[in-house]
Amino acid sequence: MADALIEERAALMGIDMSQIDLDSVQLPPGEDFGIISDDDDLYREDTLELDTGLGNIIIVDNLPVVPREKFDKLEGVVRKIYSQIGVIKDDGLWMPVDPDTQKTLGYCFIEYNTAQEAELAKEKTNGYKLDRSHIFAVSMFEDFDRFMRVPDEWAPPETKPYTPGENLQQWLTDEKARDQFVIRAGSDTEVLWNDARQLKPEPVHRRAFWTESFVQWSPLGTYLATVHRQGSAVWGGASTFNRLMRYAHPQVKLIDFSPGEKYLVTYSSHEPSNPRDPQRVVINIFDVRTGKIMRDFKGSADDFAVGGTGAVTGVSWPVFRWGGGRDDKYFARIGKSVVSVYETETFSLIDKKSLKVENVMDFNWSPTDPILALYVPELGGGNQPARVSLVQIPSKEELRQKNLFSVSDCKMYWQSNGDYLAVKVDRYTKTKKSTYTGFELFRIKERDIPIEVLELENKNDKIIAFAWEPKGHRFAVIHGDGPRPDVSFYSMRSGNNTGRVSKLTTLKGKQANFLFWSPAGRYIILAGLKNFNGQLEFYNVDELETMATAEHFMATDIEWDPTGRYVATAVTSVHEMENGFNIWSFNGKLLYRILKDHFFQFLWRPRPPSLLSPEKEEEIAKNLKKYSKKYEAEDQDVSMLLSEQDREKRKMLKDEWEKWVSRWKQMQEEEKLERQNLRDGEASDEEEEYEAKEVEVEELLDVSEEVLSFDYEE
Amino acid sequence: MRPILMKGHERPLTFLKYNREGDLLFSCAKDHTPTVWFADNGERLGTYRGHNGAVWCCDVSRDSMRLITGSADTTAKLWSVQNGTQLFTFNFDSPARSVDFSIGDKLAVITTDPFMELPSAVHVKRIARDPADQASESVLVLRGHQGRIARAVWGPLNKTIISAGEDAIIRVWDSETGKLLRESDKETGHKKAVTSLMKSVDGSHFVTGSQDKSAKLWDIRTLTLIKTYVTERPVNAVTMSPLLDHVVLGGGQDASAVTMTDHRAGKFEAKFFDKILQEEIGGVKGHFGPINALAFNPDGKSFSSGGEDGYVRLHHFDPDYFNIKI
Repeated sequence: MADALIEERAALMGIDMSQIDLDSVQLPPGEDFGIISDDDDLYREDTLELDTGLGNIIIVDNLPVVPREKFDKLEGVVRKIYSQIGVIKDDGLWMPVDPDTQKTLGYCFIEYNTAQEAELAKEKTNGYKLDRSHIFAVSMFEDFDRFMRVPDEWAPPETKPYTPGENLQQWLTDEKARDQFVIRAGSDTEVLWNDARQLKPEPVHRRAFWTESFVQWSPLGTYLATVHRQGSAVWGGASTFNRLMRYAHPQVKLIDFSPGEKYLVTYSSHEPSNPRDPQRVVINIFDVRTGKIMRDFKGSADDFAVGGTGAVTGVSWPVFRWGGGRDDKYFARIGKSVVSVYETETFSLIDKKSLKVENVMDFNWSPTDPILALYVPELGGGNQPARVSLVQIPSKEELRQKNLFSVSDCKMYWQSNGDYLAVKVDRYTKTKKSTYTGFELFRIKERDIPIEVLELENKNDKIIAFAWEPKGHRFAVIHGDGPRPDVSFYSMRSGNNTGRVSKLTTLKGKQANFLFWSPAGRYIILAGLKNFNGQLEFYNVDELETMATAEHFMATDIEWDPTGRYVATAVTSVHEMENGFNIWSFNGKLLYRILKDHFFQFLWRPRPPSLLSPEKEEEIAKNLKKYSKKYEAEDQDVSMLLSEQDREKRKMLKDEWEKWVSRWKQMQEEEKLERQNLRDGEASDEEEEYEAKEVEVEELLDVSEEVLSFDYEE
Repeated sequence: MRPILMKGHERPLTFLKYNREGDLLFSCAKDHTPTVWFADNGERLGTYRGHNGAVWCCDVSRDSMRLITGSADTTAKLWSVQNGTQLFTFNFDSPARSVDFSIGDKLAVITTDPFMELPSAVHVKRIARDPADQASESVLVLRGHQGRIARAVWGPLNKTIISAGEDAIIRVWDSETGKLLRESDKETGHKKAVTSLMKSVDGSHFVTGSQDKSAKLWDIRTLTLIKTYVTERPVNAVTMSPLLDHVVLGGGQDASAVTMTDHRAGKFEAKFFDKILQEEIGGVKGHFGPINALAFNPDGKSFSSGGEDGYVRLHHFDPDYFNIKI
């Protein structure tokens, strides 16, 4: 076929094929006439994506109009400007010339290797002043059609009639007050009710290939976000999960909601065309409801790498941390010796400038108030002490500051109501060879923010985990070395003095390395994950007693449901086996167990905060008996119904089986004779109540004769 | 009761079989030497020497006189149970995987593995009453399975042959004409290779164990799926209690992927299921490798398991086993 084509072509061009030695033909270097060599296939496939679109072409307008003589000079200038930004393709610069006047037309086309470069070039040079009368107008080639279609006359946009949307909070009105969760296993993503009464989950919605990498609930549970190559999407609604909004962000890798779920931050990183350059990072902030981009941040990965002077590479997510509680008023990120705080009204820096903090290492927002906690490490070989300071936003006023000496590291932990801040301080010992740990406890809501220093009884104990009781005044610490560390509980209040820390108890020798407080407080799980193989201890901190100990072998993840009634423990696909999840009651009773291969995620659907006033809540707590009666009755009904159903199901199964067996027996009977014949008349199996006969078998092993001599006495 | 640990094989076990009376237990292993044990106390009675490869399967005649074994040395052999002499050797071109005597012991079905270019096949041989008259010709050869055939057994009245293997499809053949009568449904059937197949005592149904981590119970005549038992590990062996409605699944993580950290991770347990309710009742631990073979004593009061670890464990049930209520 191909040969015929060549010959045909040759004949057309008047070439005698027989005269040509094909082996002597040398292609010019770098040219393949569109014939793909087999080795190139792989390479081809990679670049194919770039070649198909026109996204890598830009149009530069408002160039000077020059006659033929000056063409080369102008081209040189343009090439110089644009090759600084990226690699222009061979023959990638085309400046059309008017055939009549032989003058240029005042615009040119530039084709880059990648769309990213083109975009960058557009951004950087749009409005570039070549001279006074020539200010570049740069646009993407792809946008050209769009611009051409803009109608000349403005037409008022149609006002669409208001259509009420779905109730996005429908799930909260569940009659049985159940909670939802999402699981991702294999290619399926599934949302289920946790029906603890029925001891099984009830499916809500299931979809294959719902997401391309992971799913995430918004912080108040309204939306389920999925991540795709083209961007992110949120789903929700009354009954089925419909797509509510899409957020275009090519190759998005990470997403993060603001605490009040008004905004969505998306992140992607792109390989630079020059491998020595740092990766390029794009961060977009969308308004969740309208889908509009509120602000975008672009730059090299280095700009977004956190860590003060430290040579930390890579971006730590989330880059932007949200402050000011659920109002989503502020967000901030850390840079080199600055903390940039933005506010969401204008999406710009507060006071138009960042907060300058020399060598700042880390910062944390209070979960409820616009207060920043900053940590600055020691400088100048200990001449300038390390510092933890609290800064009020937007006034940028320093509320409190604490200097710390010979510090190796600091970690800050906010209590969920923003009442307390614990700073875990690792200090060097005198020899500087080892470190020991202490805590600085800030009481944020009290006057002048008093600070208390807490040291463990054994100062050399390593701190393995620390956790505040949600909405409470207690915290738990796992400390100690070796395989069986101790767990201690502290309260920010003492018996009669509310301003002093006191120790509640220490549990010795626990197989635990993680702490999981119930979101309602009071209960905590001491978990031994990873090399502790999934040991669980359910502990009641009010009574200081262990409620239950259990094990979920190999468990990797533990999550309380948002109400604190149930706990899910999961083995995700970091392990090859045991994949699946268990649901426990708060006091450590295993309710049910689901196994799923390739199990990736288990996430409870969060709930928004309760709408009840604190007084009302207190009233309910006081009269709990009255309210609980109704639910207890319901529980009983369900369990009755359940056992009834169970019994019925079992009976049905048994009956079915009996029927099947009796049918079989009948057939077996009919065939009895035939079977006997097959066995040469021997009785068939069923009636073979064979007798066990004792048979004595005598076997003669050996016979020998021996003559014995007797001496007769005569 | 404490299980009796029978150490006699040097390589992983492959198959276990009780004789009809339940006083003898035959075990096959990859170490070439099938062994016979007293089923009551686990004492070794004797071995059958002559194979030159792993022995995959065996069957014993109803009168406990003849033993047939299939081996990777491409032969199936007939033995005298009493004195261990070889009576006859069937030669094949590829390893013999499974053997089964028909009702009346006049026929035997032998399956062979795919080897080189040869596809897997099911052979039917006539077994002569007198070994001197034994012929080596096959009465019938069935082909059609993709990949290895794990097991082939006789259906009711020797009219059909049921086979299953790597292609996850269970097939029922006419044993006279060699016609394929039925195939298991792709939807309801196994998703991965079938590793074992075991008939009930009365021959009315059979269970199959598969690497898809399930076992299924089928009607032997209609090949309708009756029950499914789901477990956490690939199933290598299945058996059914002749006395109670219990199904036992044995298996575990694949030997090549066995963890070295914790024996619990492998789940090398024999799992007991209620046959009718399809619910797990309990498990018997002990092996430190996957379970490859399971067999119930015909009296239903003991069972034995053979593992990748080379041991046979003989379990006599405690009295309370017979009163399990769920």
